[in-house]
Amino acid sequence: MHCHATTTDLSLTEQKTAEHLAEGQRVITVALAGQPNVGKSTIFNMLTGLNQHVGNWPGKTIEQKVGTYHHNGFLVRIVDLPGTYSLTANSPEERIARDFIIRERPDVVVAIVDAASLERNLYLVAELLCLPVPVVVGLNMVDVAEMQGMRIEPHVLQAALGLPVVPMVASKNQGLRELMETVDAVVRGQVPLHPCPPEIRADHREVLDELERLIHGYVPEPYPETWVALKLLEGDSEITEMMRRQLPPDRWDQVDRLLRQHEDAILAVAGGRYDWIARMIRAAVTRPRAGQITLTDRLDQVATHPLWGFLLLLVIMGAAFWLTYTIGTPIQDWLDAHVVQAGAAVVRAKLQGAPVWLVGLLADGVLGGAGTVLTFLPILILFFALFGLLEDVGYMARAAYVMDRFMHLMGLHGKSFLPLFLGFGCNVPAVMGARIIEDRRARLLTIQLAPLVPCTARMAVVVFLTPAFFGRQAALVAWGLVAINLAVLAVGGVLLNRILFKGVHTAFIMELPLYHIPNARTIGLQVWQHTTAFLRKAGSIILIISVIVWALSVLPTGELETSVLAWVGRGLAPLGRLMGMDWRMVVALLASFVAKENAIAALGVLYGTGREAVGLAETMAATVPASSALAFLVVEMLFIPCMATVATIRQETQSWRWTLLNILLLLFVSLAAGIVIYQVVKVVLGPQSLVLGP
Amino acid sequence: MGGSKTIALNGLPAGQRGIVRELQGGHRFISRLAVLGFTPGTEVLMVRNPGRGPLIVQVRDTRIALGQGEARRIFVSPSADGNRE
Repeated sequence: MHCHATTTDLSLTEQKTAEHLAEGQRVITVALAGQPNVGKSTIFNMLTGLNQHVGNWPGKTIEQKVGTYHHNGFLVRIVDLPGTYSLTANSPEERIARDFIIRERPDVVVAIVDAASLERNLYLVAELLCLPVPVVVGLNMVDVAEMQGMRIEPHVLQAALGLPVVPMVASKNQGLRELMETVDAVVRGQVPLHPCPPEIRADHREVLDELERLIHGYVPEPYPETWVALKLLEGDSEITEMMRRQLPPDRWDQVDRLLRQHEDAILAVAGGRYDWIARMIRAAVTRPRAGQITLTDRLDQVATHPLWGFLLLLVIMGAAFWLTYTIGTPIQDWLDAHVVQAGAAVVRAKLQGAPVWLVGLLADGVLGGAGTVLTFLPILILFFALFGLLEDVGYMARAAYVMDRFMHLMGLHGKSFLPLFLGFGCNVPAVMGARIIEDRRARLLTIQLAPLVPCTARMAVVVFLTPAFFGRQAALVAWGLVAINLAVLAVGGVLLNRILFKGVHTAFIMELPLYHIPNARTIGLQVWQHTTAFLRKAGSIILIISVIVWALSVLPTGELETSVLAWVGRGLAPLGRLMGMDWRMVVALLASFVAKENAIAALGVLYGTGREAVGLAETMAATVPASSALAFLVVEMLFIPCMATVATIRQETQSWRWTLLNILLLLFVSLAAGIVIYQVVKVVLGPQSLVLGP
Repeated sequence: MGGSKTIALNGLPAGQRGIVRELQGGHRFISRLAVLGFTPGTEVLMVRNPGRGPLIVQVRDTRIALGQGEARRIFVSPSADGNRE
């Protein structure tokens, strides 16, 4: 199976597979399919627990989850297909899902459908029925459907579809065992499958037959001919391209002419499927949804209101930040003092006889660099958990809806708000979160803008320096700095959209799922995956670059003041002077590339107060004009992204050009802003504006 | 179209129902909407239509947010009975 992205994933699964094969176990592959928001990940997580590997689909930045469970002598390998509304090549996700089913031929496809929106959900089932694989339907959220006044007869649905139907409430652990047993029975051939696939609407039946006749004998393995004819008629770009290459030119001309005459055939195909679905529903749903006002209706009265919805979003965001910082910051301080600083002290004490460079490497390079980055983990975990909660409840789609009109100004739509919001925690998941945006152009633009969202690390620097310089106005200055970043983000978005993408408009089509009770396990696993991804980065690239920057800060003399880094800083001093900064502040900015909060540690060393940063802010406030400090903070907030973010941008865009563009853009913007702020403040307050101090 | 007049979806006030008659636009756009259930003959209910910014319609058990630009390319004939609660 060529479905693993990382070599580690591959070896792990293969190793396990080999072990179990030795015990005489049979391995079966189950593909988990379903539309978005049907509780598919909950089911995947319930079935596999922590026996799962998260990677990417080969050559794609789309997450691939593969997990295993044991059942009745089988080792079941579940491949979680991307959530898709259909199997037409409208998006890379849809392409992946159907390629996997057609090429890898899983033993069973489990299609999860949401009972509360059965009609639209059966569309995917209608498409799956046309493929040569056994399908089992997991009818999830039957409790929600009943709450809405619907009653569905699973047995009747089963008979009508000709497929096994398992009613489930995955969030309450109901129906999972039955689902596993049904999969088992299907693999053993104990369940008769008589799928009755939908037909195209009568007015297009002849065209379909004609197409099938024209392509007969030219369809490459393993594609089913009828399916290919249907996809041609739907206007599926990938299949059309494949058949154009396969058919002799004169045949292709006939096919092409036929397709041109029936360009709107997709409506007949989709309409035919919905006619079929209507028949299934008439049979199986004994009591249709009553017209009562549901919980979702009532909540949406506020959550999607143009004014109240926006205010609610502000309150929720404010509460999320407040919780994250009130709980997270003390833990971070504690980790910094008791793990990083104490660890460095232990290293120094234990290695007294060791070479100075080794002590420095471990204490300052490894612990001071990568170690400090790790202290942000509690803040990140909290933020991820809150974000996951809001997403799982169903609120995030409302946030995207409310923000759409603002994002529109930048040529983006509401969905881009979600990754950007994640950026307030850390820019790394923000860049990765841009995956949810279907349109490549909008995704690239969102990635370019994400580093402008002030992350927790930058806010730590602001919170540390502002009180000493600005006294009672510190909070005002801090909010002003955040406002500058958001203003640059907005203006940058508008300009980049105009210049890079010629102001193209992206279609905004988004489902608003029903609100539901969050599932702790789903959120927990999501936090776990985000966290381990961050840890893997901290253990690899962040560690390497920490050591390199540390080496530059001590080579060749062993002192920072005479190091390569200081030499670079002095070389850049003329540029710094434009912003009122001396070489030390320039070096601190350079050091913040490793991790933004490193700026504090670097200033601590350079201003001679030691690494503990005790009294640093006060020492600086006595010698540095407030105008310079303000310029420094503005640049720090807007500066080139930290290396973890840069690495993620490269990984997600698959392009060095986009990555370099981002670095150059932010370098230019931050320096320009620093110069403007310094020069303006100097003119307004006079060059020796120390008077702002407390 | 059955005698009733056809209007763009963004002209349908909140709380009112309409029947989808026609989709205009590129192939991908039509395909995405058709898959979500916007096929000719389908009833839609306007849930929220603030006039500016995206609107929310209910189609086949599902609430869908649509941009103004998208809604302008979906044509519906408003249901005769108007505001049905």
